[in-house]
Amino acid sequence: MTEITKQSLTELVESIKNKKLSSSEVTKAFIERSEKSKVLNAFITEDFTSALDKAKKFDQKPNLDLKLPGIPMAVKDLFCTKNVKTTAGSKILNNFVPTYESTVTENIWSEGAILLGKLNCDEFAMGSSNETSFFGNVQNPIDKNLVPGGSSGGSASAVAGQLTPITIGTDTGGSIRQPASFTGTVGLKPTYGSCSRYGIVAFASSLDQAGPMAQNVKDCALLQEVISSFDVKDSTSIDFKRNHYSKDLTNNIKGKKIGIPKEYRVDGMPKEIEDLWQKGIEYVRDCGAEIINISLPHTSYALPTYYIVAPAEASSNLARYDGVKYGYRANGENLIDMYEKTRSEGFGAEVQRRIMIGTYVLSSGYYDAYYLKAQKVRRLIKNDFDEAYKKVDAILTPSTPSSAFKIGEKTNDPVSMYLNDIFTVPVNLAGLPGISIPAGHDAKGYPLGLQIIGKAFDEQNILNIAFAMEEKINFKNKITDWWIK
Amino acid sequence: MSKKSEEYLINRRDNQYEVVIGLEVHAQVLSVSKLFSTSATKFGAEPNTQVSLVDAAFPGMLPVINEFCVKQAIKTGIGLNAKINKRSVFDRKNYFYADLPQGYQISQFKDPIVGEGKVIIDLPDGHKEVGIERLHLEQDAGKSIHDLDAQNTFVDLNRSGVALMEIVSKPDLRSPDEVSIYIKKLRSIMRYLGTCDGNMQEGSLRADVNVSVRKKGSKEFGTRCEIKNVNSIKFMQMAIEYEANRQVDLIEEGKTIDQETRLFDTKKNETRSMRSKEDAHDYRYFPDPDLLPLEVSDEFVNKLKSEIPELPDDKKKRFINEFKLSAYEATILVSDIEIAKYFEEVVAKMGKNKDMKLAVNWITGELFAVLNSKNLEITQSPVSAKNLAILVNLIKNGTISGKIAKTVFELMLKNDEDPQKIVEEKGLKQQSDPKALEELIDKIINNNREKAIEYKQGKEKLFGFFVGQAMKASGGKANPQLINEILKKKL
Repeated sequence: MTEITKQSLTELVESIKNKKLSSSEVTKAFIERSEKSKVLNAFITEDFTSALDKAKKFDQKPNLDLKLPGIPMAVKDLFCTKNVKTTAGSKILNNFVPTYESTVTENIWSEGAILLGKLNCDEFAMGSSNETSFFGNVQNPIDKNLVPGGSSGGSASAVAGQLTPITIGTDTGGSIRQPASFTGTVGLKPTYGSCSRYGIVAFASSLDQAGPMAQNVKDCALLQEVISSFDVKDSTSIDFKRNHYSKDLTNNIKGKKIGIPKEYRVDGMPKEIEDLWQKGIEYVRDCGAEIINISLPHTSYALPTYYIVAPAEASSNLARYDGVKYGYRANGENLIDMYEKTRSEGFGAEVQRRIMIGTYVLSSGYYDAYYLKAQKVRRLIKNDFDEAYKKVDAILTPSTPSSAFKIGEKTNDPVSMYLNDIFTVPVNLAGLPGISIPAGHDAKGYPLGLQIIGKAFDEQNILNIAFAMEEKINFKNKITDWWIK
Repeated sequence: MSKKSEEYLINRRDNQYEVVIGLEVHAQVLSVSKLFSTSATKFGAEPNTQVSLVDAAFPGMLPVINEFCVKQAIKTGIGLNAKINKRSVFDRKNYFYADLPQGYQISQFKDPIVGEGKVIIDLPDGHKEVGIERLHLEQDAGKSIHDLDAQNTFVDLNRSGVALMEIVSKPDLRSPDEVSIYIKKLRSIMRYLGTCDGNMQEGSLRADVNVSVRKKGSKEFGTRCEIKNVNSIKFMQMAIEYEANRQVDLIEEGKTIDQETRLFDTKKNETRSMRSKEDAHDYRYFPDPDLLPLEVSDEFVNKLKSEIPELPDDKKKRFINEFKLSAYEATILVSDIEIAKYFEEVVAKMGKNKDMKLAVNWITGELFAVLNSKNLEITQSPVSAKNLAILVNLIKNGTISGKIAKTVFELMLKNDEDPQKIVEEKGLKQQSDPKALEELIDKIINNNREKAIEYKQGKEKLFGFFVGQAMKASGGKANPQLINEILKKKL
């Protein structure tokens, strides 16, 4: 039998259901590997003892009808987990232990999964390299000098490094898809309203969405099936008919119309990315899909729009971290002094930068020029997609404009860091589902991803396309376990 | 009723100033749970016992609109004859304060749930229309308690997230008295609707008062000052009076009025500057991305319209038409829904042969006097509507005189006893048997022969003497009307 941690989720579920493996064996294997992988810094909080207890309990009375029977998994530290510290990668929540569970993680546990721990991420999910985390940067299992991407960098690193069979991240502007692309894994950002935001530390409410990250498309589909639910506790949750994404998964995409947006051919895009995209086009054509050139005219406005809308919402969402009720509090002479010290000591530089931008664009006198204008452009970007979807069923683009960059390479240049999200951000602004799948390597052997963008609530379709492409691509991640001595 | 009320003007030298007032009333929605959470809203609970994770703004918590509060706001809008907006938007009003856990208040800024409307207020010399600018829903903040400890401030979040309706009037009010009448009318309408209990002691109703002055006859508004969070009608009146005079003095001295927010100091009876326009907060309003725009259908609104009870203005009209009451009487009786209910129950219990005037006099006279002296609400009245109706009927059908009725009423106060029973047990029934009264009078005339002769000779004043003798002989129970008739015949 293959080494336990090398198995996919689907294989592990099979093995546990067939009683070839117990939950305890599986859990122990992932814990052992995680213990040997501390250098990756993927975990902020380990919950290993409790995980083993839960696995034992599961094995005593295994419910094999569940979708994730006794499967151990770690989750991004943005999901509130009952009685387990939840930090959002920030000093300001360094001591915060929720008394409640997010809906998404609740859904996971009720299908039999077991929490291994909480995974590192950029502070309040603000970042594209996991370098803004108060708990230090995360290494990419591909190469120790590489960032894993962000903000779900710990999640991507943990899946690629096989510290967890699957995980969940959150994606506000690319935070699932970009790290998936940087680590050779699969990441899905569902339609806005598909997964409940209840109990997820908020970054930008109108853009945030939880989603699955896995080693392959089928695992991703299964996890999406588990986490997506209508939730009355989230007013933006949408009650639509959800598929059995894994059961309904098919590689038959004959006749599907795939759009190629000319505006994604950005200036200065490396030839490798261009070539990868071309290869992707060949693959879908080979699968019997039809390629159609489309236009998404407002694409170039997506990034500036995003960097107004997201910080604006964040500046307000993060106001609650004021030292009064929970989390970090600095001593002050008076209330204002306490606020100022708490927030300047508790938040890192990137978070402070975005709070400043957000406060600025919402202030009276600037609101119309920035926030209101950005909302109008956001509508135009959404209209672009609506127009395109009259002609096509899905859209194929690169996931990122480059492969993973070096640790520290972009920390002093926020704008170049922000440019990383150029292909993913429009999808969040339009509230659409998008999936990144590994599709090849660059000259250095680093993975590169392709993104498939779907119509709203049409996760099944993009999962199917990704599934069909995955088969053709036959991607092999080049991971040498360099960090395990 | 007083004659035409005088205009409220402030005189300085040869100048007369008019006062212009607009109110932003904060009315707590009558609801068992909060605007965006399921926590209880009961007044007077132990601090921080009615606080959910949402109210305390824990990470990842999200607001979910309470439909009942939306209905209450729409009903109030209907009661204010206002436009109901089918689409409204919740915005975040951002500012930092220890009792504001989210760091923002969820309110409605650009698109309120209720638009323009009007309220009719009854003045001594007629009535006046006060324009309503808008009504919007918003969250209340918690409470900071500064005086429990010298070093620390304590925060009670029980009120955090409680639903408020902010009702903004147009600058249509012109005197402290009009403000008082307006607030009472607003409160009356909301009590009729059951949308706010209007309890000012408990903070269910409070107001920001906007005051400006201008020379009489001027069409331009003066610069206004906003007096924040005044929680009684008396204080509102005092604050307006002080503030208007302060502004007039400034103008008279050739100074300008700064647009600012002021506080009313109830101990010193003066207003004080809180912050100037320059220091005004930038609230950075923007639509709350956690909440979708609130959309209501015609059907939804119409259903609520059908549930609206008869409101004070209509009730007043009906009382005047149906019961032939004067406008003054009707205004008093409809001012409070519970009084109106009591009155209508008395009317119903009086049956066919009823004396409406008499009933009104007894309610607004004897009963109100008792309630006032004992500081009771009409709902706590020691005399039930049913028994008051019986009492009025006993007077009307001549069983007892008005004077005896007062004695009976006193006895009823103890245990809300049936007046009929009291009359019988105490033998207070009026003597109305003509034969017996004739005998009694014959006896009196016989015993006072000389006086009878004097009367016949023209000393008409003596008639009263005979009436008094007859009443005395009957122990006060003789029917005065019959006594009069018999005496006239016999003398």
